Amino acid sequence: MTAALLAEKVEVVFDQFRALKGVSVEVHPGESFGLVGESGSGKSTLLRAIAGLAPVASGSITVTGKPLGRRRDKAFYRQVQMVFQDPYGSLHPRQTVDRLLQEPLAVHGIGDSETRIRRALEEVGLSSGFRFRYSHQLSGGQRQRVAIARALILEPSILLLDEPTSALDASVQAEVLNLLEQVRRDRKLTYLMVSHDLAVINHMCERLMVMQNGESVEQLTAADLVSHNVAQDYTRRLLKASEGFVRVG
Amino acid sequence: MSAPDISEMGWREWLLSERPQSRSQARLGRAYMTWRRFTANQLAVIGLFIILALVFVAIFAGLLAPYSPVVGDLRGARLLPPDWAHWMGTDDQGRDILSRVIYGSRLTLYVIVLVALIAAPIGLIVGTVAGYAGGWTDAILMRITDIFLAFPKLILALAFVAALGPGIENAIIAIAITSWPPYARIARAETLMVRNSDYIKAVEIMGASPGRIIMRHIMPMCISSLIVRVTLDMAGIIIIAAGLGFLGLGAQPPLPEWGAMIASGRRFILDQWWVAAMPGMAILVVSLGFNLLGDGLRDALDPRSSGQ
Repeated sequence: MTAALLAEKVEVVFDQFRALKGVSVEVHPGESFGLVGESGSGKSTLLRAIAGLAPVASGSITVTGKPLGRRRDKAFYRQVQMVFQDPYGSLHPRQTVDRLLQEPLAVHGIGDSETRIRRALEEVGLSSGFRFRYSHQLSGGQRQRVAIARALILEPSILLLDEPTSALDASVQAEVLNLLEQVRRDRKLTYLMVSHDLAVINHMCERLMVMQNGESVEQLTAADLVSHNVAQDYTRRLLKASEGFVRVG
Repeated sequence: MSAPDISEMGWREWLLSERPQSRSQARLGRAYMTWRRFTANQLAVIGLFIILALVFVAIFAGLLAPYSPVVGDLRGARLLPPDWAHWMGTDDQGRDILSRVIYGSRLTLYVIVLVALIAAPIGLIVGTVAGYAGGWTDAILMRITDIFLAFPKLILALAFVAALGPGIENAIIAIAITSWPPYARIARAETLMVRNSDYIKAVEIMGASPGRIIMRHIMPMCISSLIVRVTLDMAGIIIIAAGLGFLGLGAQPPLPEWGAMIASGRRFILDQWWVAAMPGMAILVVSLGFNLLGDGLRDALDPRSSGQ
């Protein structure tokens, strides 16, 4: 079985700063794979490098057996889509939800936009009353639903999720995570998900990779995470930190 | 087109609805919000009124002007002071100054509309392309812009008119060539602010072409600050056009261009002050109108102050 997504020894350099130092990862089709680590560990950079938004200095990225060139082609974008962290920044402030969802269809010359837009909104649980609103007329959770609808409207098979819930309230977080779960089941999607929240990763992903300073620390399964079956000290510290503050004395 | 129709809700509620039913309702609602912010500023409304009056006078100049703007009464009506027959007096050729000022509004409007239509799109395209492309493209386009900015506007316009030959069309071209660089700067600055935002990245990973991203996603973000700047520059454009006319390089006699009228009145400025003062007043009022309008538009259109 070919991997849905295979990154080998990917290096990303920004002005002499090595943000990624030869990271490799393999995601199987239909799997949900998590990337965890503290801020600046390079997890988002890896995601952006796969999406073509960060400059890859060396290494290779393969999507369903097809190696990617320096420039991504349109077929790639129909296969891989991304949901950004901040729903307040990822929707164009001058466009209605309708325009936002229309745009990917127009770019790829897909007709039948009327039914597709209606279906996309329905899928993420937004009524048609939201269709002609501007993003400033939506709440954070609603915005993220629109962002998910926009990513799904091209019917990709791989979804890159860059901390999709960290900018949202706790109650809304659960809703959005359940929506993502639901969509993955319905469409048999592959997820590559970045989060600093181990609980979210544990809930969503079967396997995960811990990252630090642009390098991979170790790869685990969700079961390992629950049973604290980890090899590296760094992961242990991360687990400890995620349990919250411990009252001393 | 809309489900709960206008008659049931009242048009104001329909426009301000949080749940627009159609594309046009959403767009109209947004326009109405902008209009409300604009009309909250009384000076801006006065400015708009002045500009609308200018347009009205220019359109109906033929009906409003009591005399011919070019044929005067050389024997009986030279340099008459303002009275009931000639509200603004007459000039040295015996022509009614009011009629000339009224017809001159057409030339003024012609100049500013054409300059805005030529200069603003050039500036917008140069600025957004430079800002979005970055690298060499940016460096080359911005250095060209810098070269144009290095000359004083009027002097550069003078040089162009001198090269192209006098006349109102050449004056328009010269003014347009000299006034786009600030627009390019503004458009570039706005582009740099939005180009790394997630909503532009989101369009990039849809596979949209750079041209499409610039045209459909970046330009709409630049356009409001550009409109404000162009409106505020209108006063300056009128003055440069008048300046070129004054120097004899703009509109040629007997065209009733305001700047040229002031130039011809200069000789009598101490004894027959109205010859130069009346067109000067017209320039003053129209420039003021554009400045007030521009200030109002800045408040109404600025996306940062409107909480969006």
